[in-house]
Amino acid sequence: MTDSRPVLTMTGISKSFPGVRALHDVNFRLFPGEVHALMGENGAGKSTLIKVLTGVYDTDEGTITLDGEPVSFSGPMQATAAGVSTVFQEVNLCTNLSVAENIFIGREPRRLGAVHWGEVRRRARALLARLDLDLDVSAPLGSYSLAIQQMVAIARAIDIKARVLILDEPTSSLDAGEVAQLFRIMRQLRDEGIAILFVTHFLDQVYEIADRITVLRNGGLVGEYLTAELPQLSLVEKMIGKELDVLEGIEEHSRRDLAALEEGTPLVAVSNFGRGGAVEPFSLTIHAGEVVGLAGLLGSGRTEVARLLFGADRTDGGQVAVDGTASSLRTPAQAIDHGIGFCSENRRAEGIVADLSVRENMILAMQAARGWLRPVPRRRQDELVDKYVKALNIRPADPEVPVRNLSGGNQQKVLLARWLITEPRLLILDEPTRGIDIGAKTEIQKLVTQLSDGGMAVLFISAELEEVLRLSHKVAVMRDRQMVAQLANDDTLDADRIMQTIASGSHREEADR
Amino acid sequence: MNATMGRYRAVTGHRLFWPAAVLVVMLAANTIYRPGFLSIELKDGHLYGSPIDILRLSAPLILVALGMTLVISTGGIDLSVGSVCAISGAIACMYISKQSDQNSLVVVLTALAMALGVALVLGAWNGVLVAVIGIQPIIATLILMVAGRGLAQLITQGQIITINSEPFRAIGLGHLFTLPLAIFIALAAALLVAAFTRRTALGMIVESVGGNAEASRLAGIRSGRVIFLAYVLSAACAAIAGFMMTANVSSADGNAVGLWVELDAILAVVIGGTSLAGGRFFLSGTILGALIIQTLTTTVYAMDISPQTSLLFKAVVVIAVCLIQAPAFRARFARRRRSAPKPDTIADKPKEQVPA
Repeated sequence: MTDSRPVLTMTGISKSFPGVRALHDVNFRLFPGEVHALMGENGAGKSTLIKVLTGVYDTDEGTITLDGEPVSFSGPMQATAAGVSTVFQEVNLCTNLSVAENIFIGREPRRLGAVHWGEVRRRARALLARLDLDLDVSAPLGSYSLAIQQMVAIARAIDIKARVLILDEPTSSLDAGEVAQLFRIMRQLRDEGIAILFVTHFLDQVYEIADRITVLRNGGLVGEYLTAELPQLSLVEKMIGKELDVLEGIEEHSRRDLAALEEGTPLVAVSNFGRGGAVEPFSLTIHAGEVVGLAGLLGSGRTEVARLLFGADRTDGGQVAVDGTASSLRTPAQAIDHGIGFCSENRRAEGIVADLSVRENMILAMQAARGWLRPVPRRRQDELVDKYVKALNIRPADPEVPVRNLSGGNQQKVLLARWLITEPRLLILDEPTRGIDIGAKTEIQKLVTQLSDGGMAVLFISAELEEVLRLSHKVAVMRDRQMVAQLANDDTLDADRIMQTIASGSHREEADR
Repeated sequence: MNATMGRYRAVTGHRLFWPAAVLVVMLAANTIYRPGFLSIELKDGHLYGSPIDILRLSAPLILVALGMTLVISTGGIDLSVGSVCAISGAIACMYISKQSDQNSLVVVLTALAMALGVALVLGAWNGVLVAVIGIQPIIATLILMVAGRGLAQLITQGQIITINSEPFRAIGLGHLFTLPLAIFIALAAALLVAAFTRRTALGMIVESVGGNAEASRLAGIRSGRVIFLAYVLSAACAAIAGFMMTANVSSADGNAVGLWVELDAILAVVIGGTSLAGGRFFLSGTILGALIIQTLTTTVYAMDISPQTSLLFKAVVVIAVCLIQAPAFRARFARRRRSAPKPDTIADKPKEQVPA
């Protein structure tokens, strides 16, 4: 595999944005028939490198060669035509179009100048069959889950005679079974001689699939390694550039006595909240200082629960009491008045306002609560923003940069800061660590612990059971849009038991203790 | 060298650079065509000259465009401003024409207050349609755009109402400190809107709603109120512009006042750098955009371009301005220019030099 010549090389690549040096003198090469993992923390330059490669951005300096020929793509379309296909982190497909249309959009097979729809559907079915997917190709893409949409994006990418396939965090929204399916496809493509560039934050996945690893840090190249020769711990150290400071202290946290926490009036108590088609009626109490984990598979109704509690969607019925007084949570503004904050999992569509600066994004919720007539004084804004840029280690540390110029993980931190600034009493975090590197993940987990020690209640939603277990005092388990159990996180609770609950829906007897 | 380049970049990269450059080029072209174009003279205590005319004549457009900027920033559009101009002008003129003493300041102020009040109601109507009922802005305001002309006709009973009121006439043609009063009114409106949006958090909240409505809702912004306010403000600005337009000719013609001004206003906003998709807005850019449009109109007259070709001429200039404005277009142009003298860039590397 290594004795052949690289299909793709990038040499001395540099790229700057206003206020940000995203890449500096980075080299990268990709051999045919390998899976090459590109690793680095948020803001290390992974996404930028891919966008430079596919022509989304111009390079400031450096050269790219494909099969030894220098190339410069003007955009992903041209790159795709040359055999370099990309599946971007956020699925870039049209959910209102059919599956088949999405696969062939922009390059539909034609007959006499008109689109040959029969051929489109036939070839779409053939492609999906290759990926072992059984879909109705005429159905709108939006009727399928995010995971399936991701697979369709890959189908679209490999249809063209791709020699290089770039997968930018394809697994961040997939569950374990779907990841396995994706990896099977990746191995198949690799064996066909396609070079696969794979970006992910999941270390286990890297060691499962990647042959070679390139590590970036702060826009610079750290090195290129064979996976077999790089132990996991040294990989992490190379990524964060310092000795790994593991998750000390967090472990004891959840062992605090749930009974003591749950004395007294709950901060928020909902009963029979539910919404037709989204989630079955459920009841849940959250006390001050309590971390409630919400576990369940993708699409099991976790996000829907969060949205109801925040008033983002309206409940069909049921009651809510805040501090023991009957109340209502019908709009986000109302929830915020009650001291509830909500970090959406979908930060691009429901979180950041890309046009606005980091500072404006951070103070948005606070400003909204005050009303437009009472602007937050500029000096106070600067104080708050400075504080959280430092506390959350947001890079670049320039609050006037449009938030769109930040990497995904840093945008996540900006959102977190937006809510922390409002000093909420209950903070709902929907997948706050998804698509985030290990360093930032640890920071966010520590933060949750600190906040709850300080008396803040947290509803913590995550697909990673270890994370939920580590942080929560109690775990509510979702299955098929139902809250099937609420388990106290005592010494007996472990990932296996949660998995069993997710799988079987039993343990109902322990609900609502 | 690097510092100079940096400064050059900072100047050309400023969002107002290209609209300002276009304005300067247009003024220069006029001066070349007619050397006395930029001269200003003092006559009877008033300043006269083409630059003053441009400022005075652009005042109504500036007013309308200011309100339009906010509406567009929320992600909407207000097509009804022209009709609101006509209605407010008609109400003011109608009321004044019915009074015995048309020159009374009280009469004129009452007329203005009445007309402004009606305009606020019309703005609220648009606001309710868009923000409460949820009709698409272009459709919602189209209703008033069409119906409003009829309303103006009803008010004037199909007649052109002519009045003879000095205080009212002054709104369009009066002078203050040797300069036309209209300039001060537009300036005051601009400062007021700027203070209203930038001294409060309204501007940021409008930009947030226009930039990402769902994210704003989830941040607790009651976007309905903000959108509603933008349409009310737009109508208020249009009403004052309507006073100016009718005062210029001391008559109200329900069919003609403010005809197509909404299109000029939208154009001014776009030239000024505010995206039609909503989000960031630039009041200074909008004002510059309005000045460009008025200068263009003046140029068409000054250069004796025949009426048959003047619209085409305007269209060509406007397209050029919009293209120069567009970063994507400039980037493409710059890329081509930059790659030409540098043979070592990837794109231009001749194939033979590649080691086989």
